[in-house]
Amino acid sequence: MLGGIVLIVGVLSVGVPRIQITSDHFVLFAEDNPELQIFELFEDTYVETNQALLAIAPKVGTIYTRESLEFIEDITNEAWFVPFATRVDSVANFNHSESLDDDLYVGPLVENAAELTDTELARIQNIVQTSSELIDRLVSRDGQVAAVLINFVLPEDRDAAVLEVTNYLRDLVETTKVAHPGFDLYLTGEIIMQRTFYDATQADMTTLIPVVFLVIVVLTLLLLRSWTGTVAVTVLVIGTINLTMGLAGWLSIVLNPVTAGISVIVMTLAVADSVHIVTSYLANLRTGTVKQTAIKEAIRTNFQPITITSITTALAFLTLNASDSPPFHVLGNFVAFGVIMALLLSFTLLPALLSVLPIRVKTQSVKKHEMFTRLADFVIKRKYWLLGGGIVVIGLTISGVFRLQFTDNWTQYFDQRFQFRTDSDFVAQNLTGLESWEFSLDSGTDGGVTNVEFLNKVENFANWLRKQEEVGYVHTFTDTMKRLNMNMHGDKEEYYKLPEESALAAQYLLLYEFALPFGRDMNDQIDIGKSATRMTAVAQDGMTSDEIKELGDRAELWLNQNTPELATDTTGFTIVFSHLSERNIDSMLTATVIAMGLISLILLIVLKSVKIGFISLIPNYVPAALTFGVWGHLVGQVGLAGSVMTAMAFGIIVDDTTHFLSKYQLARRTGMTPPDAIRYTFEKVGRALWTTTVVLACGFIVFSLSGFEVTWTLGLMLSITVILAFVADFLFLPPLLLTIDRKK
Amino acid sequence: MKFFNCCRFLTSTGLLVWILVSSTYADSKDPVAKGLRIAQDTEDFQAGFENYVAKQTMILRDRKGRESTRNLRVKVLESEDSGKRILFIFDEPRDVRGTTLLIHSNPGEQDDQWIFLPALQRVKRLNSRSQSSSFMGSEFSYEDMNPPEVGKFTYEYLRDEILRERECTVIERVPVSDGSAYSRQVVWQDKTAYRLWKVEYFDRKGDHLKTLTVSDYEQYLDHYWQAQSMTMTNHVNGKSTTIDWSEYEFRGDLDDSDFTQTSLRRTR
Repeated sequence: MLGGIVLIVGVLSVGVPRIQITSDHFVLFAEDNPELQIFELFEDTYVETNQALLAIAPKVGTIYTRESLEFIEDITNEAWFVPFATRVDSVANFNHSESLDDDLYVGPLVENAAELTDTELARIQNIVQTSSELIDRLVSRDGQVAAVLINFVLPEDRDAAVLEVTNYLRDLVETTKVAHPGFDLYLTGEIIMQRTFYDATQADMTTLIPVVFLVIVVLTLLLLRSWTGTVAVTVLVIGTINLTMGLAGWLSIVLNPVTAGISVIVMTLAVADSVHIVTSYLANLRTGTVKQTAIKEAIRTNFQPITITSITTALAFLTLNASDSPPFHVLGNFVAFGVIMALLLSFTLLPALLSVLPIRVKTQSVKKHEMFTRLADFVIKRKYWLLGGGIVVIGLTISGVFRLQFTDNWTQYFDQRFQFRTDSDFVAQNLTGLESWEFSLDSGTDGGVTNVEFLNKVENFANWLRKQEEVGYVHTFTDTMKRLNMNMHGDKEEYYKLPEESALAAQYLLLYEFALPFGRDMNDQIDIGKSATRMTAVAQDGMTSDEIKELGDRAELWLNQNTPELATDTTGFTIVFSHLSERNIDSMLTATVIAMGLISLILLIVLKSVKIGFISLIPNYVPAALTFGVWGHLVGQVGLAGSVMTAMAFGIIVDDTTHFLSKYQLARRTGMTPPDAIRYTFEKVGRALWTTTVVLACGFIVFSLSGFEVTWTLGLMLSITVILAFVADFLFLPPLLLTIDRKK
Repeated sequence: MKFFNCCRFLTSTGLLVWILVSSTYADSKDPVAKGLRIAQDTEDFQAGFENYVAKQTMILRDRKGRESTRNLRVKVLESEDSGKRILFIFDEPRDVRGTTLLIHSNPGEQDDQWIFLPALQRVKRLNSRSQSSSFMGSEFSYEDMNPPEVGKFTYEYLRDEILRERECTVIERVPVSDGSAYSRQVVWQDKTAYRLWKVEYFDRKGDHLKTLTVSDYEQYLDHYWQAQSMTMTNHVNGKSTTIDWSEYEFRGDLDDSDFTQTSLRRTR
């Protein structure tokens, strides 16, 4: 028997090393996610928005010096050699145009910076500071920071490509920092975020797993006070985790920060089952029962409750399949699988182990549950106080839910321990926002982008966007058009406006395209039919995703009302992310309600009482609501984690209620009065539930060590919920039972 | 004396033979020389056409298969200094109709470019060193469209290869100037008429960026082979452009006066 199990575990475990990690942040989205589809269409029309932003800040002085400009020029040239780079933009290679008599000069703004004269430096500074195409985008207003933007088109194997690009960039930054100590360098952009996604997964796998494991072993030892018990529980946890992750490996599951949580959640949940059994076993031994009988007895008494709680937990995790975010499907399925594996091992491997392992227990008859007996007395005595106070506290706490704001900013997914985050923060504060709104404005006809009427509408929209306080910078093709019109009219400033004739605009564009060097073409701003143009509005620093969505909606509305022919969906990387939680909440809501209904039904059947069944709803539902309330009061913002937390928490805390109410029902059936039944329940399950609560809370709190926002929020919220569930079961549920269950 | 003469004769013939043998030998042994020779022979073979006019239809495709068309005409004149005069006349899209671009390619020097914008009624001299500009937003750049001057590259013969049932030589050429978008190009030419059938372009970091394939040639004046359809595929962004050539006319009534700044305005 033991051998068979070991064999199965062994075979599956071989799959563990097959697990890979992904850096593809789009795994968070369902393929039919509407925002993602619009965005993909947008990327097909223009260019993939895989960008890296390398910010350069001279330690002394501004960028308008020979040294600084030479440095920027060098980095710009080197950027072309980054793997998969297709386009590089900086103040150095900015395609400056000016006219002299009938000559039109078009070329990079900075060339051979080391040999620039003071006059030329001043000229460059003047051009930059008056250019709406450079300031706030490639150069900061105060001249302290400049950016080199690198665009990438990645091949099929994105994961490998992202690693290659980011390794190259990180090396470039490190070697450059050493060679040029006079400059600070900051690296951010979507592609760096993707890399961080990978790094965070790896960090979570390498830090969370050992820490959770350690916490489990230490806690089990403290709570069980038995080496043998601890060894048995540890072996079981290792077995479960190997089965689960082994299967994941065989099924070629690719890990991301979300699914990285599977192993830790499974470990934490697996421990709960075995702790119940080992506790009973040890208790049986202490009363003097023979070893084999003690094991049998422990299995017998725990079989039904553990089976039910495992099934309800698995059921709750399976509802994650309704999530709009595919990694949660994987998470839900594998945790559900893990929970069932833990259940199976608890009734096979665990008893086998316990019978093999030597054990020495002092027989004792001391009442260990004194604390819970006293607690029961207190609860019974103060039931109305507790009930009233409880309702007030619950009410006040839950009011915090209304203060909750959903936010999903991709720049804030990772905390300050990641260089990506600190660099992004620096760039956002000192140069340019990283969140942006993208629009594809379609003229409806081939060659229509140079239609004067269309250009004026685009210009109006750009002007409207610039007036919005959320917007920091607007990048639009009409600025290029105005500049060309001025160039073609002897650089006279009064001609810095859109041309008045469509043919002229079209000819300007043709001319300009002849002058644009490789990799600096208009393909990222105009589609191949020259029928549509892209407008990019960059957000001010510190926008929440609600504010970002709100401006996106407002812009759509403005277009609808003012230029309905240009009406389009707001899109972009930022927008896709900002809708993530919202979509997920919508999809999870129904699923969570269905799961709750199913689980409540199971409880109803198990408890064989409609009334008690309905009462059970309260301690099942209230803790999650309380957690959101607490979060609303203390933190205020919640992201993706919030959308799946309820379903997960529900499956876990329902176990407490099941154990509590089934013992209470048992007591009532034997003819005990409600207060006596409460006392009996407290004595019987108090300690076991306390143990599992401590294990679960401590296990989940370890998640908060993660630098990935979704993971640490989820861990912290689950931890709070588990504790609140325990409090609700022992301080609020009993007074409620005493008040309602008065018969007999 | 006779003996002496005989010796001289033998020595000189021997020397000559040695030079001849060794040079051919060196040529086939030295890929750089062989590459250069093929390039030079190609240029020589193609020279002497005097002038021609032709029509081009450009079809641009993005990676989703959406298409967009441009129409233009091109006039080419050989100039005395072995450079070229090239005139592009844009017909479609309608808004750019009548726009003309004149290029004087000067061997060993930077090209001169002038553009005439009918909507502005002005000729502008375009001072841009960019050879790598995309031609009308297509995947062709100006440098891709013109048979390059021999001196603008260094060459290396790579191998012989059968390409689409034709015996081809494969040479690699590396641009001399740093104004090019490419680090190198690999060129497939047939051995019978130096026709170019395929070119692979590698970007500055050495990655395969684009491939040009020519599917069809026709011969004019019993000598000059001109491509009828050429397709440039960009492997990075998934876009491609096909240029279909038609209505070639050789040795028409064209001279230097048709390729001046002032002629730009008159051109129709």
